[in-house]
Parts: sequence; structure tokens; C-alpha cells
Amino acid sequence: MISDPDTDIGGAQHRFPVTNQSAIVQARSADQTVRQRAFDTILASYWKPVYKYIRLKWQAGNEDAKDLTQGFFANAFEKNHFANYDAGKASFQTFLRTCLDGFIANERKAGRRLKRGGDVEHFQLDFVGAGEEYAAQVWPCHVTPEDFFQREWVRSIFTLSVESLRRRYAESGKEIQFQLFERYDLADDGARNMSYGLLAEEFGLSAATVTNYLAAARRDFRRVVLEKLREITATEEEFRNEARSLLGVDVK
Amino acid sequence: MRWLSDERLSYLRDLVANPDFSATKYRIISELARGGMGTVYLAEDTELDRRVAIKVLSTPETNNDLRQRMIREAQIIARLEHPGIVPVHDVGVLPDSRVFYAMKYVRGSRLDEYAANVDSIKDRLRKFQAACDAVAFAHAHGVIHRDLKPQNIMIGLFGEVLVLDWGVAKILGKRNMIVSVEADPPLAPRNFADTSHGTIIGTRDYMSPEQARGEIDKLDERSDVYSLGAVLYFLLTNRAPQSASLSRPRTVNPQVSKQAEAICLKAMSPEMKARYATAAELSRDVGQLLDSEPVSAYRENVVEKVGRWAGKNRFLILLVLAYLVMRIIFIFTSRS
Repeated sequence: MISDPDTDIGGAQHRFPVTNQSAIVQARSADQTVRQRAFDTILASYWKPVYKYIRLKWQAGNEDAKDLTQGFFANAFEKNHFANYDAGKASFQTFLRTCLDGFIANERKAGRRLKRGGDVEHFQLDFVGAGEEYAAQVWPCHVTPEDFFQREWVRSIFTLSVESLRRRYAESGKEIQFQLFERYDLADDGARNMSYGLLAEEFGLSAATVTNYLAAARRDFRRVVLEKLREITATEEEFRNEARSLLGVDVK
Repeated sequence: MRWLSDERLSYLRDLVANPDFSATKYRIISELARGGMGTVYLAEDTELDRRVAIKVLSTPETNNDLRQRMIREAQIIARLEHPGIVPVHDVGVLPDSRVFYAMKYVRGSRLDEYAANVDSIKDRLRKFQAACDAVAFAHAHGVIHRDLKPQNIMIGLFGEVLVLDWGVAKILGKRNMIVSVEADPPLAPRNFADTSHGTIIGTRDYMSPEQARGEIDKLDERSDVYSLGAVLYFLLTNRAPQSASLSRPRTVNPQVSKQAEAICLKAMSPEMKARYATAAELSRDVGQLLDSEPVSAYRENVVEKVGRWAGKNRFLILLVLAYLVMRIIFIFTSRS
């Protein structure tokens, strides 16, 4: 790909208004409520990649991985570890993974599973679903645990974005628009090979309406993904870098 | 929560990263280049079953009037039929309001890549002259390019020179029109008020001072001439010109002739009035230089005139000298 960074115009492509506050920054707040909200955001984005990473890299069984995931986040929240993140040193994703490795190494060394009480449930997380996903996933041998973690993190962002879009559309009475988006862009058996005309027939809409609804849903989806990304990056620079490397989107 | 498979995830990543062409006849294959003014994609025209290059312009906050004007101008520019111009085949608006242009997909190398492999200044000047001719054709139809740079000039597989990326070109209007496109309606005059004054369009190293200042209403053919001069500077020195402290080409590369330097500096004059009036004039001077004829940008002294004449007539001079030597030998041998 040829990069041509010197071309200038009074604007940039892929420019979306991104206004969300960074949960990483809010994790340092003196206000307990703000901190709790920030933590929930981080937990929602990271718990599944963390669980699967523990299973892959640390060869943990389902029960052990569940317990370690719960323990890691409970410990991080209790000791406010995320407030120690320094954006100048690494991305938050790398920081969290390094903390996780350190935590598990310590836990393994101390053999602390029983001490923690084993099945203590700090957070309501769908480990059954995560376990099934992990079991169904096939990973080529050249994929490192770190790559795997990053890929799962991207998957997590996109999954949360889909849910966020579904919620927003439901709140604003745009169920049909979401159903179209779901049918054409999300379904694995994909309507992508269908023409808009056929899709229009299926939904009892005109082809022009289908085009407009899908375009709007995609535009909104892009915005939601970037908002999610903004929430879980600490600085503008990190946000831009992640958007560029993970999504190929230039954000100014 | 819905489980996103790898395939679905990859599709959604593309959906976020790539412009939405699903309602058009184009299918994106890959990204070719990216800059502040837009991104160029290699795409497939599914109706005609051919590959095209599509540029999606960065036009945030684009209002409907501006979009319509951009489309109208693209239609006009598409009528420029010249072997050195890659015209716009198609133009449209994406669902997210961005304007896109479909162009012929050109295989070859960019002028900067070409220059990296060709040392001969004469060869480079020939390519440069061909680019000037293409721009001159557009000027003759009242169109200015506004983003001329080595990256927008392609050398095709057969050595042909093509000027690309007319996506931000502007129509100057009747005051500058010399001829109209045959069998087509005359090019419509543009209203400069459409482009907000103060907007910087172009590429810094290659843009004229008036363009760098955002003086949109002052731009005319001479702004393109400046950019061509900057391209010539690059070809002579292998360096993009630094407008803040421009070194003379001969100080960067002593192999550059005084005439070539003079042409370059005249084209790059900060004062618009001091530049060549059109790309055609610039092309003519470059042609003169290639033919070892006097150039308008440089006044030669007698010694230089003789030197240039001698250089041009080297064979004749050698012939005369050989004749004189033979003659002298003949005189001496006949006396003895």
C-alpha cells in the first residue's frame, strides 16, 4: 500500500464524531461511582479475551480459567491496578495482558485457587457461552497467544458494538433497520449474495428504502465501533493508533 | 450476545474500514494508496467485468450543493480526451455522503518511482514534457489540476505518460477557454465562491504559494505551472523542493544545466506574473532545451551560444576539422 501522508486538505476521510469519555482515564477518578462505571466498561470489553487467553496460553481448564478471570478482575478493581496505566509506555491492551500474565504466574506459584474460595463469583459473566465459543474455535498454530488475545479483543469490541447498535435502534423504534442490518451484514448464512431487490421483497420495502436503511445502519455501526474503541483507550494517540492498526480507519 | 465468526468479523472490519459500495456496481478489491485528500482503491466494475481505480474523496461536512458541484465538475473533466490524461469514468456519492470517482486502472510506475530507476536527465525531461503537454491540453479547455506532483504522474507499461487524479481539478471558466471540446458542450464556467476561501487543497511541497495560502480565487494555470516547476525540480535534483528555503537546482546537482535550472526557477517563481503563463509555454521551453535550442527563461552570452551551437553540431564540426586536417596534410605533402 502506498502511503501519501503529505497531501493536505481541510479535512480527513473516515471522520466520525467520537465523544465518549475514556474508561481508562475514568478508572483514575477519585469518585467511586465513576470508577465503578469505568471498571464495568473495561470488564465488558476484556473479560472474554482474558478468559480465552488464560485457556490458550496458560492451558487452564474451564473452571480454573473462570476462577482466574474472576480473580484477576476482582484483584484489579480492589487494588485499582488500572489507574497505574502509563499511556506513554504501551497500549492499554498490552498493559492489561502483562498484568494478567503476572497475576496468573503469581497465582500458580502460590497455588492459591483453593484459598480464593474456588467458585467465588464476583461478576455475572456468561462463561458457558465463552467456553462453547472457545471449544468451537480453531486456531492455526502460527497464531501466538498475544495475537489471539488481540483478535479476541477486536471480536469483543465488534460484538459489543452490535449489541449497542441493537439497543439504540430498539430505543428509537428502528427495529426494521436493525433487522435488515442483521440479515444482510451479520448473519453467517448471509444475505450478502442477495440483491437489495430480493431483500426489499422479503421485508416488504422498496429497494431504495433498503439501500438507505442499510447505509444508515452501517454508518451508525462505524460510529458505535469507534465510540467503543474510544472508551477503552487512554489517549487520543492510542485511540488513533488502534483505529488505524485494528480497523484501518484514520481518525482525526 | 451474537457470536461473530472469523469470517463475519473480517467482513465487519472491512465494513468499518472501507467505504460502502454495496449499492453501486463496484466491488472493492484492495486499497492502493491513501492520502489526506482521499483513498484510492482497486475495484472491480461488476457490470463491465473490468478493474478500475476508485478514489473516495475526503469531504467531511460536505453539503448537497458542494456535492453536486463536485459531480458536475467531474463530469466535465471526464470529457477531457487526451492520451496523457486518465479521465474520470464515473462519479457518484456514497451513502455516507462522500464523493467517489472511478478512473481507469493504470499499470506502471509513478514518476518518482521511474526517477529512482532512470538517471538520465534527458530521459526524465522527455517524460516531464509529455506531462506538461497533458496539462497544457487541460489548460486549453479551462481546467486546472491543482494537485500535480510526481505521485500523480504515471509512466505506463509502454512508456506513455499519464497525468492522474483529476478529482480536485477546477474549471476556470470562459475567460480562460481557448478551445472547446469537439462535439461536446463548452465547459461550464465555475464559480470560485463554491470553494471556501482559505481551504488548502494540494500537496505542500508541490503547491504554489497562493495555493498554500489558501487563496482559492487566485488560482489559475500558473498555479499548475508552479507545481510542474516543482516536479521538474524533483526530476533535476531527486529532492522535493522545500519552498521555505529553496536551493537552486545546480547547487543540489551540479550536472543540471543553467538552462534547465532557469526553466525550473521561472516556473517556480513566487510571483505568478513571472511564471510561464501556461503549461504549453513551459513545455515549449523544455522542448527547446531537449533540442539544444535557446530557451526563453535563459539569456545566453556569446560563449554559451557558441558552446551550445558546437554541442548541437558536434558532428559537423568534427567533419570540418577532419577536412582541415586532411587539407593541411595534403598541402605539406604536396610541397615536399
